[in-house]
Amino acid sequence: MSDHHKTMTLTLIVWRQKGPKDPGKFETYTAKGITEHHSFLEMLDCVNEDLIYAGKEPIVFDHDCREGICGMCSQVINGAAHGGQDRTTVCQLHMRKFKDGDTIYIEPWRARAFPIIKDLIVDRSALDTIVQAGAYVSCHTGGVADGNAILIPKPIADESMDAAECVGCGACVAGCPNGAAMLFTGAKVSQYAVLPQGKAEAAERVKNLVDAMSSCGFGNCTNHYECQVACPKGIDVKFIARMNREFLKAQFA
Amino acid sequence: MILDGKCPTGPIEKTWDKHRFDLKLVNPANKRKYNVIVVGTGLAGGAAAASLGELGYNVQAFCYQDSPRRAHSIAAQGGINAAKNYPNDGDSIYRLFYDTIKGGDFRAREADVWRLAQVSNNIIDQCVAQGVPFARDYAGYLDNRSFGGAQVSRTFYARGQTGQQLLLGAYSALSRQIKAGTVKMYNRREMLDLVVVDGVAKGITVRNLITGELESYAADAVCLATGGYVNVFYLSTNAMGCSVTANWKAHKKGAFFANPCYTQIHPTCIPQAGDYQSKLTLMSESLRNDGRCWVPKKKEDCGKHPNEVPEEDRDYYLERKYPSFGNLAPRDIASRAAKEQCDDGRGVGPGGRGVYLDFATSIKRVGADTIKERYGNLFEMYEKITDEDGYKRPMRMYPAPHYSMGGLWVDYNLMSNIPGLFVLGEANFSVHGANRLGASALMQGLADGYFVIPYTIGGYLATVKPTGTGTENPEFKKSADEVNEYNNKLLSINGKKTVFEFMRELGGLMWENCGMARTKESLEINLKKIPALREEFWKNVKVTGSGADLNQQLENAGRTADFLEFGELMCRDAYHRNESCGGHFRAEYQDEGEAQRDDVNYCYVGAWEYKGDKKEPELHKEPLKFDNVHLAVRSYK
Amino acid sequence: MQLTSSSIGRKILMAITGQSMVLFAVVHLLGNSSIFGWLNGGINAYAHHLHAMPAPVIIGFRLVMLVMVCVHIWFGIQLTVENRGGRPQQYAVKATQKATFASENMIWTGSLLGLFLVYHLLHFTFQVLNPETAAIKNIVPLHELMVPNVLGMVVAGFKNFFVSFIYAGAMVTLFLHLSHGIQSFFQTMGWSCDKSQPLLVKFGTLVALGLFLGYVTIPLTIFAGILKG
Repeated sequence: MSDHHKTMTLTLIVWRQKGPKDPGKFETYTAKGITEHHSFLEMLDCVNEDLIYAGKEPIVFDHDCREGICGMCSQVINGAAHGGQDRTTVCQLHMRKFKDGDTIYIEPWRARAFPIIKDLIVDRSALDTIVQAGAYVSCHTGGVADGNAILIPKPIADESMDAAECVGCGACVAGCPNGAAMLFTGAKVSQYAVLPQGKAEAAERVKNLVDAMSSCGFGNCTNHYECQVACPKGIDVKFIARMNREFLKAQFA
Repeated sequence: MILDGKCPTGPIEKTWDKHRFDLKLVNPANKRKYNVIVVGTGLAGGAAAASLGELGYNVQAFCYQDSPRRAHSIAAQGGINAAKNYPNDGDSIYRLFYDTIKGGDFRAREADVWRLAQVSNNIIDQCVAQGVPFARDYAGYLDNRSFGGAQVSRTFYARGQTGQQLLLGAYSALSRQIKAGTVKMYNRREMLDLVVVDGVAKGITVRNLITGELESYAADAVCLATGGYVNVFYLSTNAMGCSVTANWKAHKKGAFFANPCYTQIHPTCIPQAGDYQSKLTLMSESLRNDGRCWVPKKKEDCGKHPNEVPEEDRDYYLERKYPSFGNLAPRDIASRAAKEQCDDGRGVGPGGRGVYLDFATSIKRVGADTIKERYGNLFEMYEKITDEDGYKRPMRMYPAPHYSMGGLWVDYNLMSNIPGLFVLGEANFSVHGANRLGASALMQGLADGYFVIPYTIGGYLATVKPTGTGTENPEFKKSADEVNEYNNKLLSINGKKTVFEFMRELGGLMWENCGMARTKESLEINLKKIPALREEFWKNVKVTGSGADLNQQLENAGRTADFLEFGELMCRDAYHRNESCGGHFRAEYQDEGEAQRDDVNYCYVGAWEYKGDKKEPELHKEPLKFDNVHLAVRSYK
Repeated sequence: MQLTSSSIGRKILMAITGQSMVLFAVVHLLGNSSIFGWLNGGINAYAHHLHAMPAPVIIGFRLVMLVMVCVHIWFGIQLTVENRGGRPQQYAVKATQKATFASENMIWTGSLLGLFLVYHLLHFTFQVLNPETAAIKNIVPLHELMVPNVLGMVVAGFKNFFVSFIYAGAMVTLFLHLSHGIQSFFQTMGWSCDKSQPLLVKFGTLVALGLFLGYVTIPLTIFAGILKG
């Protein structure tokens, strides 16, 4: 077992912004008594407790499940979305990845399509808008065929699942220098495009999603592949390629 | 008062079909005149909002997260049950029904459970049609696995992310309706009151979590799909935002709270590492298909590296105690067994609160690659949190609060005792009895949302006149004013202790005295200490910031205040139930470590009525009848 | 039309026009390499053959290339401006992992190449920057014919350090632009998957390197005096 008594002191440089119109600025805080078993958010909890005792406003940040699946947490740590650990959300990032005395910059997702609400919280409803544009199979509740009526071989089901793992956190947008949502949208398009159930609407879907993406203010893809690095679920940029392919196909459909 | 669940009578196989026929219908042209509020957008709420919108009702849906896709249903890993019997291994609707009744320790209604088992098959079809990528074999057929407490393979799954995929399915259906304009979605809203007009649920008061504004919404029916309350233990596998608040506010407006003492403690969670910890992480129960639970036989071996403890000095306690179910014993039993070993001083890891879950045997049998294929993401998650490699040394596990079987009382139509207030999914008490079987929560949520409420709500709405979405009735303003006053009070205390401190303290009391095992004495302690803690809270809590802004402290303070009231009710319920059943284990009532039910005196649903601040709640009983499954001692030996 | 208005449509136009220019660059290099003598009569013969084609073919080809260049520049600028707005505020710490100098500076390498293209056309195609050595003014015998002395023009040009330097620098820029651009083409057209993608990145870099080496050899060998007129 590792030593529980060894603690770290860290300097945090955190983006504080009172509201959408406030210009915002960095503030410096000290995190004391942090062990390597603290998660990053638990470290922030400790800092917040200190701020409350001191009568100051705690840092607000989005978080919910704290087990890496709900996609709510969203922080850029030292320039990397979710802190840069491979396939890890901020809530699953642990302080053993840091050293005593480290200085840590904490910022919100930065993208035109994600306006800042307060401190580290941004508005990601643009991602919902993209989904609403057609990331679904238009089936009715009830009156569907038996689950085994259409066979889907394992490799295809797996391919769809690879795309469907996206948690919708928006790290791909935050990591993209252009603030593009191609990985998110590509994953949605691909999940349905490979499945027989999704094929009927494939052409309409990709066209509508691509239009929604632009009207929400996301940038365009320049194939940096930073999105794949940022993605806590390791979604592959091959799904962007698939979306491009589906898009091209749809133009002639 | 003796409660009536309004269950249909006659042969159990026909109950749901008959009832569906008996329910009144709303004319298609009239549906758009009715407004329905759905609070919570997890499996139950998301599926309900989508299905009701599709039927033509005007739906307003609310969630506290920034998107309906984030509800905590998303975290369910293992799978969803259905009685498809694809593997031809003896499953049937009747067996799923039987297993669920027995698994719930005979504390659920037969008719509700039958309906659940019956519609389970439709759920799988529905999800497949939506594009949920369930696991399949190379020929393209849906794959099944066996899951805790079941002797048939009836669990459908999507890697270790079944809940996520099912939720995204419901979310996609919901998104389609939002686009179609039949559902209006309100994100980042927390329900802080139920508006009751002349004894009928007519709307809600919510706080806009971004602006802090209080908003009123009116409808002809309100559906709560607001999840469970095990965050009352502070440390649980629930998301940080999960709370009893919506249910509690409805309870204070008259809705009965049923069986609050039935809480499920999940056996395989990553043990707590320190006091600062904010939540516990569950590792799917499916791990027990290939992992073996053990602790050292000798106390002196507990500090050793597990691989250094020789085979003959290991106690595979589940295999020893329950030879026929072994490591797949149901959750309540597996959890208590783990606690027993640790209480015996043979636990491992920090504080001796942990048991090993060992994959060495399975790795030898099927190879590390197969294990990785089955559970790769879980091993990864375990390593991220503990910095230990589960392939090389056994994982450490400890039970953690996970699910609440109790909830608001509802009749067979999922309507509470307040007309117009429906309760769906984990938020109601209906089908799991005193203990829920693995992979049944997802089943219930989707059953309620896709296949029950669309029928039963029509039966209610057909009997009332639509009243529109206007909030002119003075009850709305009164409700908003009360909420406003309540929040201002929280903000004005400006004491010395943070909200977290109170929540940690309450959680400690609940876990210690009303957790995996309870006694008359431990509950008496809580019934004394919780009111005192509540009193201190209202004098000494420190909530910074203002109400007219995004204020997470205020949100948490409100939730904590509700938990401080609810915790007492939970203890009271546990105190009154002088028996052990399922998740409710009273140490006084046991037979060599096994739960001892008292069917003569306690075979009923205990539903509590709120009588006002500082007044004792009143208990109402709904007797449970078992015509199809005979009451028996639940044995897994 | 979604091809000219949407995000992906415009990217596809960028990819197709860019790739056409890459193909042109490959053919152009093969032709230019006749300077090393593999074609009987060298580069003068090659230039002669090209100009012997019917005028409509030449004009048509030049027009097509002009359209390619214009479309590529137009959408390149448009998309870049949009992308700059995609993230209005940068992070305090830059921690990109997969983006490269090349991928991040496509607009600048592209602009330089655009300028170079103008210079190159004025220099060797329209021959207005070098009136004394202009090929069209220096007719030399080739077998039984009299043809413009392209070789003399090229050699005279590259003997000049600055000219050689500009050409070599342009080829470095071309390498950067294409090392990102070629693999980008496959990704944007959707002709890539997880297995092929890393190979395509390598392939793109190799082709870019090949073009760079091929092109840069001409000014280098001339300046170094290895290749003489």
